[in-house]
Amino acid sequence: MSQAVNSKSMTIGESGLAVFFTVTAFLCMIGAAKAVDAPFAFHAALAAAASLASVFVILNRYFDRPASLPLQEINGRPNYNLGPVKFSVVMAVFWGIAGFAVGLIIACQLAWPALNLDLPWTSFGRMRPLHTSAVIFAFGGNVLIATSFYVVQKTSRVRLAGDLAPWFVVVGYNFFILIAGTGYLLGVTQSKEYAEPEWYADLWLTIVWVVYLLVFLATLIKRKEPHIFVANWFYLAFIITIAVLHLGNNPALPVSVFGSKSYIAWGGVQDAMFQWWYGHNAVGFFLTAGFLAIMYYFIPKRAERPIYSYRLSIIHFWALIFLYIWAGPHHLHYTALPDWAQTLGMTFSIMLWMPSWGGMINGLMTLSGAWDKLRTDPVLRMLVVSVAFYGMSTFEGPMMSIKVVNSLSHYTDWTIGHVHSGALGWVGFVSFGALYCMVPWLWNRKGLYSLKLVNWHFWIATIGIVLYISAMWVSGILQGLMWRAYTSLGFLEYSFIETVEAMHPFYMIRAAGGALFLIGALIMAYNLWMTVRAGEAEVQSPVALQPAE
Amino acid sequence: MSFWTRHHIFEKNSIILVIGILAVVAIGGLVEIIPLFYLKSTIEVVDGIRPYTPLELTGRNIYIREGCYLCHSQMIRPLRDEVERYGHFSLAAESMYDHPFQWGSKRTGPDLARVGAKYSDEWHVTHLTNPRSIVPQSVMPGYAFLAGTEVDATNIADHLRTNRMVGVPYTDDQIANAVADLKAQADPDDAGADAFAKRYPKAVVRNFDGKAGAPTEMDALIAYLQMLGTLVDFKLYNEKANLR
Repeated sequence: MSQAVNSKSMTIGESGLAVFFTVTAFLCMIGAAKAVDAPFAFHAALAAAASLASVFVILNRYFDRPASLPLQEINGRPNYNLGPVKFSVVMAVFWGIAGFAVGLIIACQLAWPALNLDLPWTSFGRMRPLHTSAVIFAFGGNVLIATSFYVVQKTSRVRLAGDLAPWFVVVGYNFFILIAGTGYLLGVTQSKEYAEPEWYADLWLTIVWVVYLLVFLATLIKRKEPHIFVANWFYLAFIITIAVLHLGNNPALPVSVFGSKSYIAWGGVQDAMFQWWYGHNAVGFFLTAGFLAIMYYFIPKRAERPIYSYRLSIIHFWALIFLYIWAGPHHLHYTALPDWAQTLGMTFSIMLWMPSWGGMINGLMTLSGAWDKLRTDPVLRMLVVSVAFYGMSTFEGPMMSIKVVNSLSHYTDWTIGHVHSGALGWVGFVSFGALYCMVPWLWNRKGLYSLKLVNWHFWIATIGIVLYISAMWVSGILQGLMWRAYTSLGFLEYSFIETVEAMHPFYMIRAAGGALFLIGALIMAYNLWMTVRAGEAEVQSPVALQPAE
Repeated sequence: MSFWTRHHIFEKNSIILVIGILAVVAIGGLVEIIPLFYLKSTIEVVDGIRPYTPLELTGRNIYIREGCYLCHSQMIRPLRDEVERYGHFSLAAESMYDHPFQWGSKRTGPDLARVGAKYSDEWHVTHLTNPRSIVPQSVMPGYAFLAGTEVDATNIADHLRTNRMVGVPYTDDQIANAVADLKAQADPDDAGADAFAKRYPKAVVRNFDGKAGAPTEMDALIAYLQMLGTLVDFKLYNEKANLR
């Protein structure tokens, strides 16, 4: 057959993956048949169907493609591989809206508990991991994969390494999200915050992540630029460290290989330390290092200015990744974790303030000589405000890690407010800015469908964030103070439920803030959709543009 | 050669950059985590800590499945108001058999580290079924469906065995009789109740959900809640004994 079609033959990747997915389809069918619990049967069936679909798509692609693989270069210009990037961009927008919507639902559940409906799969306890995973790993993760695959190609001036491998990463990663998300609703969870997926989802993510690292690294290795661009240092640190954290936090023994339940290898105090070593560095490397990489490419590019200080970027890169890893124990202040570990965690968290602000200064000062663009370009304004939010939450974080401050803030909404000033303000806005930049570039459009709508998005979302975080500051500090309030006779002044009742107005304000943020994202989705559908095509200039460096 | 030119070795060699990143991010984790496994002062030596009974373990897995840890901590800090509100601060030993730990990070609801024996079983059944029927201002979801779901006890022995493999000291006897023990703990009239009490001294045998028939998920969850924080007798506990 293959000889008949013009000496076309399958690549090792195509045949290997086709065999791999045939085997997984077979194994998953056995798993579905012998499953000891219903969620496992569902996931195994889903995986079997996805494996068969993958085999079909791989073979179909092979029969449809020309005999030779896409060229590395066309007319001396790199033939960039943008298909997987586009896929991840679309998924990022989809998951972003889904994740913000679930966040709004659970915010409303806290204000009006009847909305839990008292069904297993709609209660707060199952929806909350769905929200956090959807926004961090589905939305954030797709933004990171999309931008990293885009940036590493452009700044290395080569086509992305691998033929099917990049597709395996983007599709495989989104399949992991699907398994994890449906699992939460069905009650499948390890209960380790931000690492809730069970052992089989973890195994699959490990495979996908290793391929992600290999694709990224292989692209760097064949680069045409002598230096590795600074954004790629951050992407690399993000990919490597997340792999280390994932492996360290998740070793678990399944009760049955045909069941979803497992028991984690670590117990008690060691498990707590592993968990927050992981948890805080999911913030440090997923939500910070990765998004700093976005800052380092997209802000200079959009502002058309070089990065403010090359030396500052070196210092703050190494200091940031060295110090972040130590900060985990500040999630365990005054717990049964030994004091020496708590003190180390607090000390390094305070020191972390410096490299964090090094990054902020490098981002903001890149605007030197281009500040006027903030008036005319709402996309750049979004990117710059995101860095300002980064600076704010990286000041707030070290402050909250001080033990006496933490004794008040811990277990309260202050933590939730802190997380969201970083998540909505920094991660959200820098992602939106990157999406607004990338969609016209990827789909060859002259510009966005409407800058006016970007402006609306910016202001609606900003008001939403301000409502959200100020409501959580007030409710958190209020509740912390009420818990420790004493009467003049030396009795605790408030029962616990009185402090819950006091939260109600702030929970309504928070829900309103979340709704505004969601509306902003819907405006963005419409704007991006119209850019692709109705935007004016850009005429390709014959001269290769130099990547920003 | 200046410091900045020396840095070119990382900027020009992707593999050296990878190695550099790995080395730098490894240090903090190693220093903070490894000693927890060998420093004897990490976990106190305390009387009374035992592995969970099969019914309690089942209840604990329901607690995890429903995401209770997202709103309830199980970690009382040594602060005056917390000790007065919840009881003696939590010891590391009290969660030494917890795979995974359930210390939590948020108190949308109160801490549960010592909720055991604080309320009656009837209180828990009513509260779990409809929290607002007892506490009108509560924002907790209702879990009425637990009462209608029988516990699936078929592979409970595998759960105990897996726990033993990760370090929980279940005996062969406890594993062999796991199914019988699970049923016996929820039924004081069960023929195996005495044998159960021998295998898990001081564990409570009661019909937790107050209904006849096979144990339900309501039985299991309440059995778990009612034992939380009750293992250590703080009248006998000597804090100074653990200062090393």
